[in-house]
Amino acid sequence: MTELSLNILDIANNSTRAGAKNVIIRVAADRAKDLIEISVTDDGRGMDAELLRRMGDPFATTRTTRKVGMGVPLFKAASISTGGDFSIVSSPGKGTAVTASFGLSHIDRVPLGDVGSTLATLIGGAPKTDFKFVYSLDGKTYAFDTKEVKSVLGETDLTDVTTLSYLKDMINENIDNINGGYII
Amino acid sequence: MKTLQELQEIRDRMKSRVANRETADESDVRIVVGMATCGIAAGARPVLAAIGDEIESRKLTNVKVSQTGCIGICAYEPIVEVYVPNREKVTYVHMTPEKVGAVIARHIVNGSPVTEYTYSYAVANRGGNA
Ligand SMILES: Nc1ncnc2c1ncn2[C@@H]1O[C@H](COP(=O)(O)OP(=O)(O)O)[C@@H](O)[C@H]1O
Ligand SMILES: [Mg+2]
Repeated sequence: MTELSLNILDIANNSTRAGAKNVIIRVAADRAKDLIEISVTDDGRGMDAELLRRMGDPFATTRTTRKVGMGVPLFKAASISTGGDFSIVSSPGKGTAVTASFGLSHIDRVPLGDVGSTLATLIGGAPKTDFKFVYSLDGKTYAFDTKEVKSVLGETDLTDVTTLSYLKDMINENIDNINGGYII
Repeated sequence: MKTLQELQEIRDRMKSRVANRETADESDVRIVVGMATCGIAAGARPVLAAIGDEIESRKLTNVKVSQTGCIGICAYEPIVEVYVPNREKVTYVHMTPEKVGAVIARHIVNGSPVTEYTYSYAVANRGGNA
């Protein structure tokens, strides 16, 4: 993937496919530690120990259209190649947390990219799921939550293109505001 | 800075301007974008965004956009399927944001599919691209 935000979209799609009602996406960058940590946590159906064990192996998938699952292995490889750590914690019936860290200044680390577009795509694709997104750089934080969107807009159609495009821009503006010109 | 309050105002204005249909109906055109790993890696996210932008700028109210998982022909991603009521499904392959304008204008608005972008065309004229 050419942007970490594309990995986030792909990993969070696993969560919605697993029936998650709530998905929490965290992106935390720290220049002093030279690190970005990304986590996707859900309350979906989770994975049993056997599937979890095979997770590091690109031939693990429960889908039927194609025999190989590659989303998780790609994300893991992207993280490891920048000197980062990768982990999945999951329990059946409870949910899953995928966490990956990346060397911020590592030459092989791709840009974070268009996170607003990733969120808009996730929300439009699973409007009943609630997405929380927490972004921070050096401890300065921005939080977005579809629960808040729903409480402000009332019972609303979150698949409406105008709404999604506005949310995309709103999220990106807030991230840019925290970044103050620095590009992650 | 954009805020949820401003978004609410925009939506209120839209509601008073056009009768905002909340429910899907039979005459709706459906556009489905493949958003599995292979689609995302090939560029499906900006394709979906371009479809949304085009629908918004043309103020099309009878089009529903959705996403699906793996369509099974990963080498042809990004893939966009168009369902017009009473017509056969049209599958567009190797989509880009640049191709979206033509698909919306010629197919969705004027009713004639953009043959050169379709799966059947790509297969018939295959030159090692897949
Ligand atoms: N958040 C999750 N919750 C439950 N199961 C998951 C989750 N993420 C991944 N899995 C399981 O791991 C498999 C492999 O995931 P992935 O590498 O993304 O490939 P794919 O999504 O194409 O199958 C999935 O098919 C699914 O069974
Ligand atoms: Mg996946």
